Amino acid sequence: MNITMSVLKLTKQSSFIKKFLLASLFFAFPFMASASDKVKVGILHSLSGTMAISETSLRDVLLFTFDEINKNGGVLGKQIEPVVVDGASNWPLFAEKAEQLLAQDKVAATFGCWTSVSRKSVLPVYEKYNGLLFYPVQYEGEEMSPNIFYTAEAVNQQAIPAVDFLLDEGYKKFYLLGTDYVYPQTTNLVLLEYLLSKGISIENIGGGLRKDSDGNVISAGKYTPFSHTDYQQIVSEIKKFAASGDACVINTVNGDSNVSLFKEIAASGLTADDCPIVSYSLSEDEFRSLPAKDLVGHLGCWTYFMSLDTPENEKFMSDFQAWLKTAEVPGLVKEGRVTCSPMVLSYNGVYLWKKAVEKAGSFDVDKVTAALKDGIIHEGPGGRVISQRNHHLTKNVYIGEILEDGQFSILKSYNNVHGEPFLKGKF
Amino acid sequence: MLTLFDNKKEIIGFIITFVILIFLIPFLNAYPSEESLFHVSNFKISLWGKYICYAVLAMSLNLLWGYTGLLCLCQSLFFAIGGYMMGMYLMLMIGDRGAYKSILPDFMVFLGYQDLPMHWKPFYSFWFASGAVLWVPGLVALVFGFLAFRSRIKGVYFSILTQALTYAACLLFFRNDFTFGGNNGFTDFKEILGADINHALTQRTLYIVSCLFMVLVYLLISWILNTKFGKVQQAIRDSESRVRFSGYSTTHYKLILFVVSAMIAGVAGALYVPQVGIINPDEMAPAKSLDVVVWVAVGGRGTKYGPIIGAIVVNMLKSYTTQAFPESWLIILGFIFVFVVLLMPDGIVGLPNTIKKWRQNGFQSLRFKNLIKRFI
Repeated sequence: MNITMSVLKLTKQSSFIKKFLLASLFFAFPFMASASDKVKVGILHSLSGTMAISETSLRDVLLFTFDEINKNGGVLGKQIEPVVVDGASNWPLFAEKAEQLLAQDKVAATFGCWTSVSRKSVLPVYEKYNGLLFYPVQYEGEEMSPNIFYTAEAVNQQAIPAVDFLLDEGYKKFYLLGTDYVYPQTTNLVLLEYLLSKGISIENIGGGLRKDSDGNVISAGKYTPFSHTDYQQIVSEIKKFAASGDACVINTVNGDSNVSLFKEIAASGLTADDCPIVSYSLSEDEFRSLPAKDLVGHLGCWTYFMSLDTPENEKFMSDFQAWLKTAEVPGLVKEGRVTCSPMVLSYNGVYLWKKAVEKAGSFDVDKVTAALKDGIIHEGPGGRVISQRNHHLTKNVYIGEILEDGQFSILKSYNNVHGEPFLKGKF
Repeated sequence: MLTLFDNKKEIIGFIITFVILIFLIPFLNAYPSEESLFHVSNFKISLWGKYICYAVLAMSLNLLWGYTGLLCLCQSLFFAIGGYMMGMYLMLMIGDRGAYKSILPDFMVFLGYQDLPMHWKPFYSFWFASGAVLWVPGLVALVFGFLAFRSRIKGVYFSILTQALTYAACLLFFRNDFTFGGNNGFTDFKEILGADINHALTQRTLYIVSCLFMVLVYLLISWILNTKFGKVQQAIRDSESRVRFSGYSTTHYKLILFVVSAMIAGVAGALYVPQVGIINPDEMAPAKSLDVVVWVAVGGRGTKYGPIIGAIVVNMLKSYTTQAFPESWLIILGFIFVFVVLLMPDGIVGLPNTIKKWRQNGFQSLRFKNLIKRFI
């Protein structure tokens, strides 16, 4: 309105000044347009390094979501302008890039991080600049920053329902196996408490316990380093443990170690009927690079499976595939793409943010956070999600059985599970 | 003065750099308002603080590789150990402001520790931690160096052993039961010496301290090079057996330099950690030490200011390209490194000489044999 007014006024002035000012207006216009019609949003994932194989998928789905929202009119009438940076699987670099997004690009929100350590490294930065980060990958809990929204699965939205399922199926012995880092360590300590509270005796929890000098358990289960490949001894231990026929394995092994683990399991003759293995870190996207053949019949547990038969999921998948065909993003893999839980949680995160911004009527972090805390409802591809006061989400949890083609057939669902980050000492 | 610097040009360059880094940049950060054209943002200050720490790390490697001929591939290990020592102090200073409101660091609480392990207790003292920043990396270097140099391990074998050392340490620190936070390491620091660590003034002070330390290391290296000790050191690089036959105990010379270099790297790490806010075992992964070699090579090996230029240029490029070309930055940097190694064997600092050589000898000077000889 101001612009038209001043243009009208200008027509009355001398022609030289008029031309000059109109010209400058013309040059200034693109800048003014970019300032008012766009809102910057950060994407902070590793596009190179060890985590790139997982995190690049999240960048893709985020760019797809932004395009989808922009096509439908944007957020509060503004088009989303993604600022993509590469954390390069380098944790101090994550902190640097987060600071750049907040201090230089002044993004309204950031979607990013996969590993716990990357989240831990950017957390102080988000608190310092009062930014807003949406974190989409299953994690160990025990954290609740005022500047982070955890769209991720908390331990009680993945590990515990899976154990409930196995208890219902009559399994009485649990072997805990994981990669040695904070997520498996914490999850297994929580599971130990949970299993004991369900009347499972401590001898029936396999993998070993480590105690400190006062006799407190400080670590439960068997741990291997990252990229470990020799599982012969562990599998023979599992085989002995499972001889009674009522045992199962809780697997928090990360990444490519799973290939060796499941090869060894198959070679030892253990089948999913003798001793099912429920894996928390394997989703459809991982099966693009891992052979699913050796895992058939074993279990997975997430808050979304690609095989979900709902109209929302149908639409999400077909729109994503259509976007992949036309999108022009450097390094975008177009063939054989699947969708998985972290991708859907990223997608849901963007919509929750959009709805919260619209409810708050502002991009201001404090107002958006307050709106999210009040409970924003979104019907996502994995079912309804509701944001909670404690910065986590209420969502549906599904147990699935792994099929030959890397998909999951859904065995059971738990609806509207409340996300709870602090679980230690609760059972 | 003249014993420290080679010529007048160097003195002038030194003074100008000193004034810009230590007076001008902090001044522009503190005084002009944020909208001003001359304002240097807090983000830039912490970024430059980081570059300076990397530059010191590169200088410490250059002391070994450039002037003694020891291609040490565990420089980041000393850097990380220094960082961990400072990190322990910073973790304890969080006090009960962590997620669990316990005086123990968070990672110990969720692993179920009841009390602080014995070796953590002295780190409540800043001065103890500062001392540990020096002597722990120094001790590691002393023990490893003693064994390696006494057995006359040289050249590639020394490089491979140092790489194995840093890899072993990396695996050790990854273990959760090693009481150093496992994979996550230390993060979410709150204060240092009672000052809020995220405050602009604290960050500025840390930046200035880093710059001052860099200047100190520069002067130290300049001084060493001009003493008899330094001459022997460079003689070892050029022909170790000849030096030994002349009656010098090369083992002792190398050992002293190895320890000094480790200590410098340790202090650089200790200054780095409060500025980036995280230390974890990834910092001592073998690839990180190779990065340092690249910085030194790009800047100019065996020159006093080459490593500083190399570390700053490469890291600035990295900061810029990960934002401007997030999908293809590795390829861009890779090309630059290959270009530098093939065409500029003396790095950025040696560029004028390299160009002169091209003019005189054409591409004869770029023969591969010569290049390989340079690096090993």
